[in-house]
Amino acid sequence: MIKLVRIDDRLIHGQVVVGWGQPLNVGFIVLVDDAVRASPWEQDLYRMGVPPEIEVIFASISEAAARLEVWDQDPRAGIVLTPDVATLASLTEHCHRVRRVNIGGIHHRAGRTERLRFVYLSDTEVDQLRRLAAQGIEVTAQDVPTARAVPLTEFT
Amino acid sequence: MSEPLRGVIVSHAGLAQAMIGAVETITGVTDALVPVSNEGCDRQALFNNLTTAVGSGPAVLFIDLPGGSCLTGAVSYARGRSDLAVVTGVNLAMLLDFVFHRDVTPDAAAARAASAGTRAIRTPAA
Repeated sequence: MIKLVRIDDRLIHGQVVVGWGQPLNVGFIVLVDDAVRASPWEQDLYRMGVPPEIEVIFASISEAAARLEVWDQDPRAGIVLTPDVATLASLTEHCHRVRRVNIGGIHHRAGRTERLRFVYLSDTEVDQLRRLAAQGIEVTAQDVPTARAVPLTEFT
Repeated sequence: MSEPLRGVIVSHAGLAQAMIGAVETITGVTDALVPVSNEGCDRQALFNNLTTAVGSGPAVLFIDLPGGSCLTGAVSYARGRSDLAVVTGVNLAMLLDFVFHRDVTPDAAAARAASAGTRAIRTPAA
């Protein structure tokens, strides 16, 4: 079952594998990124940070949209990761199974402004997130499980 | 090697800076190591910070964990460059050895540092 759908521009890293992975007892992580999906050496790199008992699945946006239902029925707990808002928005366009989105880390880049310590968004990204919320998807920002989940309306 | 190797420590939060402080206190060597933190960095920002820290090279990149954003950033940066080598699991013992053995190739320095760091991990009777 997919326990967490997360936007995090660092993709697989400590907060995901340890911070969320341990309390959720995660059995698989799906990394949705077209560029990483096409790069075997980057996949090897991301696998290095994951214990062998956790399966890592690399998927393009279209592959992920087609398989979300299967992953959601998996008896193991799973995390779905996207690197940015646009990828997540594209995923939800193709598949309507996503009901909650966790923003775990979107860092500073030209055109983005600080919304929270670990969330920087452009106006376009804010609009995309608001559209997701308007579709009934619960959007919150929370870097680690012990932090408060901050509702979208509080930081946009 | 005409130019001594630079060591670049890539870590979460302030660990790299703190380790350099410890090395300098113990050895008095102040020009061998440079810190890079992943704090507030996405992949591009970390790449840019590595570029600044490494300078013209050669260098060994010491990474705190054998996975995660510091490793992926460092390996992506060092990929295809023979003047750079990467070591994970940085500890104080490997840094203390490294700062006195910088007149070798990056690969040789990385292997030596990994060996020194591994030897330092023990479980002595208390």
